[in-house]
Amino acid sequence: MRIRIESRRSASRLLPWITPPFAVAATVVASAVVFAAMGYAPARTLFAFFVAPLLSVQSLAELALKAGPLVMIAAGLATGFRANVWNIGAEGQLTMGAIAAGGVALAFWDDDTARWILPAMCVAAVLGGMVWAAIPAFLKTRFGVNEILTSLMLTYVASLTLTSLVFGPWKDPEGFNFPQSRMFNDAETLPAVAGTRVTIGTILSFLVPLGLWVVTRYSIVGFEIKAVGLAPAAARYAGFSESRTVWLVLLLGGGLAGLAGAFEVAGPIGQLIPQITPGYGFTAIIVAFLGRLHPLGIIPAGLLVALSYLGGEAAQVDTGLPRAATGLVQGMLLFFLLASDFVARYRLAFAGTHSADVRPARPKAAAT
Amino acid sequence: MQRRTLLISATTAFGARLAGARRANAANPFKVGFVYVGPIGDLGWTYQHDQGRLAMQKELGEAVSTQYVENVGEGPDAERVIRQLVSGGNQLIYTTSFGYMNPTERVAKASPAVEFEQATGYKTLPNMAEYNSRFYEGRAVCGAIAGHMSKGVVGYVASFPIPEVVMGINAFTLAARKVNPNFQTKVIWVNTWFDPGRESDAAKSLIDQGADILAQHTDSPAVIQTAEARGVFGFGQSSDMSRFGEKATLTSIVDNWAPYYIDRTKLAITGKWKTDSVWWGIKEGMVQLAPWGPSVTEEARAAAEDSKNRIAAGTLLPFAGPIKDQKGAVKVADGKAMSDDELLKMNWYVEGVQA
Repeated sequence: MRIRIESRRSASRLLPWITPPFAVAATVVASAVVFAAMGYAPARTLFAFFVAPLLSVQSLAELALKAGPLVMIAAGLATGFRANVWNIGAEGQLTMGAIAAGGVALAFWDDDTARWILPAMCVAAVLGGMVWAAIPAFLKTRFGVNEILTSLMLTYVASLTLTSLVFGPWKDPEGFNFPQSRMFNDAETLPAVAGTRVTIGTILSFLVPLGLWVVTRYSIVGFEIKAVGLAPAAARYAGFSESRTVWLVLLLGGGLAGLAGAFEVAGPIGQLIPQITPGYGFTAIIVAFLGRLHPLGIIPAGLLVALSYLGGEAAQVDTGLPRAATGLVQGMLLFFLLASDFVARYRLAFAGTHSADVRPARPKAAAT
Repeated sequence: MQRRTLLISATTAFGARLAGARRANAANPFKVGFVYVGPIGDLGWTYQHDQGRLAMQKELGEAVSTQYVENVGEGPDAERVIRQLVSGGNQLIYTTSFGYMNPTERVAKASPAVEFEQATGYKTLPNMAEYNSRFYEGRAVCGAIAGHMSKGVVGYVASFPIPEVVMGINAFTLAARKVNPNFQTKVIWVNTWFDPGRESDAAKSLIDQGADILAQHTDSPAVIQTAEARGVFGFGQSSDMSRFGEKATLTSIVDNWAPYYIDRTKLAITGKWKTDSVWWGIKEGMVQLAPWGPSVTEEARAAAEDSKNRIAAGTLLPFAGPIKDQKGAVKVADGKAMSDDELLKMNWYVEGVQA
């Protein structure tokens, strides 16, 4: 008997929105089994993992703080992914943004009253991220170089640049030769909201996907991006420029990642350190797909991924669950999502059984 | 002024007695939290801190309960985890990596009732102490062995050029050059604390450049394994690494945090905890040397024992003059020794280091 995979004819438009909740539910159930098998009380561990972080204002604020950079970067990346432009280097663009913002902050460190300095840092960060994304954009549109490789490799250049700066010229002169910059002054730090670590930057990070949603839905540019991604030939015929779209989405993704970098160094970190991002640029790729590349889907997706980190810590503190279990839960979440997407879009057809597929069975390959 | 001082000390004494009475019992144990920079695993920096935690837990029994969070990044995540340990009711929190210094300071300012212990940094507050280990003393002992056993070129796999690592390279080289004035230390920076692949590559290229002994200031056993495979010697780091290269391992510098954790936690339970800045070494048992390996020669063994005993007794100062830098200029005059302050900022190399 042969088994064939074929696409379902009538895939519901709602389906992409049904599978994520299903994947979450499956993850919770499977996690409970894994926790129990590891010898941890499943109910208590599940509670610590998925519920406890949602129960206090402080930890909700922490959730938003962790999700902020993820949703903002993912929203930018998703716009590119829809146009079939694969910017994998948001991590480096974020780092470059942070370097640019930090450079402004350190250059004017003596002036701790200037109102213009925070906006200047943000502008510098956006430009920094854009410059870093412009390199793959230029190479792709001019020479046809694959942007996946260039954007990814530039990430390492960015992080080594940061390293050499904080080990070298930007090292805190009073810092015992440790690799960190000075702490930014008060005028260079985003004010925190209501006794939490949430800043204006965090709030803006959540507004960006909403703004992008409005723009991509109601503007011609949004249609252009979608058209170039779905049907490049048709888009060309309609007079849409592919290289203009490449530039547009890469600059958008790079600029937003750069801005996220500024919000991190001017927010919860408050200085330049050798490692400013715990992988936000890469995790944002997962968030973008988990959120169905849709600005409004990205917000819950970002919050969910952030919850998996916070929950992992809470479970470590509360029940002693090892850190590796957090990775396991995150992995299961992705697995179930991909698997349920697959099942939703394809079906298995057994040769010999009745199939909706009317194509004639492929003749057996002749011995060639 | 005097009355005020009296008043404060009276309040403190009363507070302490009250705290001592209230603090620890089996039904309501004193809660201690730990923040770890890596996964615990079965060797290395975080493993040794966890061994310290377990030893403290064993020593103090039901009077304490401990919690930890492992693999916490040194960026924005650290502050969240520390705050979480505070809201989880921990009364004493150890943050065990340099990158936690500023986050710990911020949480300490916001939580004056909780006491904090921060490893390898330099900022203290009334409720935040610093502790560190004089790893360089162990390096000096290794240097004495290397001086006797190497033909003259040793490879050093180093993580980041921060003062602690620079100090280690220098102490090692100085001790070896006392035995062999032509001794050279070749350094390769791998820019990581733990990456077996890169550490192993660095080790191989050092051997190719003529190194007959490898030292490491990174966390994985890759350097020792490479040394064993290539038939040269090596020194382990953080934990006893002899099981990864029985013939190759001459000794390992072992971080032993247990005495400190026991001491400080006891003080916190009885309410006598006060902020401090501690730098312990071989004498206090914070730096230990694993048993000498079977390959260590009689002569090297005697030199190592002697160096260890004299460092513990305070009669041998690893950074006593005369010390010249790489260009041959005298940095520390004969008869002088470097102060702790100078050591903690060290950013230059001694003669004989090729970094």
